[in-house]
Amino acid sequence: MTTEFEAVQPIAQDELAQAIRSATDEVFATMLNLTVQPGEVFVEKEEAVPTSGVVSLIGLAGSWVGSGSLACSAGFAAKLASALLMTPYDSINEDVLDAVAEITNMIIGNVKTALESRLGSMGLSTPTVIYGRNFQTRSTGNQEWTVVPFTIDGDHMCVQLCIVPNSEAARKTTRTGFPIPHLLRNS
Amino acid sequence: MLDVLIVDDSAAIRKILQRVLRQTEIPIGTVYEAGDGVEALETLRKQAVGLVLSDINMPNMDGLEFLTKLRAEQLWHGIPVLMVSTEGTQAKVLEAVERGASGYVRKPFTAEQIKEKLVGLI
Repeated sequence: MTTEFEAVQPIAQDELAQAIRSATDEVFATMLNLTVQPGEVFVEKEEAVPTSGVVSLIGLAGSWVGSGSLACSAGFAAKLASALLMTPYDSINEDVLDAVAEITNMIIGNVKTALESRLGSMGLSTPTVIYGRNFQTRSTGNQEWTVVPFTIDGDHMCVQLCIVPNSEAARKTTRTGFPIPHLLRNS
Repeated sequence: MLDVLIVDDSAAIRKILQRVLRQTEIPIGTVYEAGDGVEALETLRKQAVGLVLSDINMPNMDGLEFLTKLRAEQLWHGIPVLMVSTEGTQAKVLEAVERGASGYVRKPFTAEQIKEKLVGLI
């Protein structure tokens, strides 16, 4: 017996990682005039642990569903905003959070575009940005996140993506969340 | 002087686009800002502009719906509209053009890309 679920072709972690690396490199080079150094990609299950810093999250929905996010320290978020807006920022404020949200939107939006030729059309949610200390995140389901760490002039950030076929998501009634990057646990 | 409306839910992008506009040789007058299509239509009812730059993915009313409503009004029919969006598929670009977009720039963009598109529109 053939089911709709069986007909869905899985997407390789390498393909996701390459899409993330390419989009991040282009956004940073074009909009921020910064060069990113990608680190070793890893896969992580969602988990709930305390963290701090800035996390910007965007949902994807359509033929496949999931979430993408960018996570970094508060200090690096201020540097990103300074580079994007050509205005100095040394702490978190509304401009900084908006800048991080837009950078995430451009990265995940371009990842989406790169994947759509194979996965079908998807829509993007507007970004949600979280800033704080000792916050926890939690999600149901059992999805794997493809996490790509980056180093930029000694600072660190992670761009990550979790995406599953829509039929599977509907059947399991799961919701994707996001893991806490290892890089931020002690920041 | 050319009055302009920038439509984007990101204040950061609105600020960047305004800076790029001021760097062009086009004499820019007042630059109005809107965070979504609903705000943009409200602004257009109050202010006459000669150019619109609009995102696509926005809350309340997205850029494609805004574009359709704008083109439906005779008064605004001739306003050049440059779409500036992360949506980069050929299908999305074609949809925007079919709805009346005058040009399309994908994010991320350089100042030069925006300037080149504007030269062709103004």
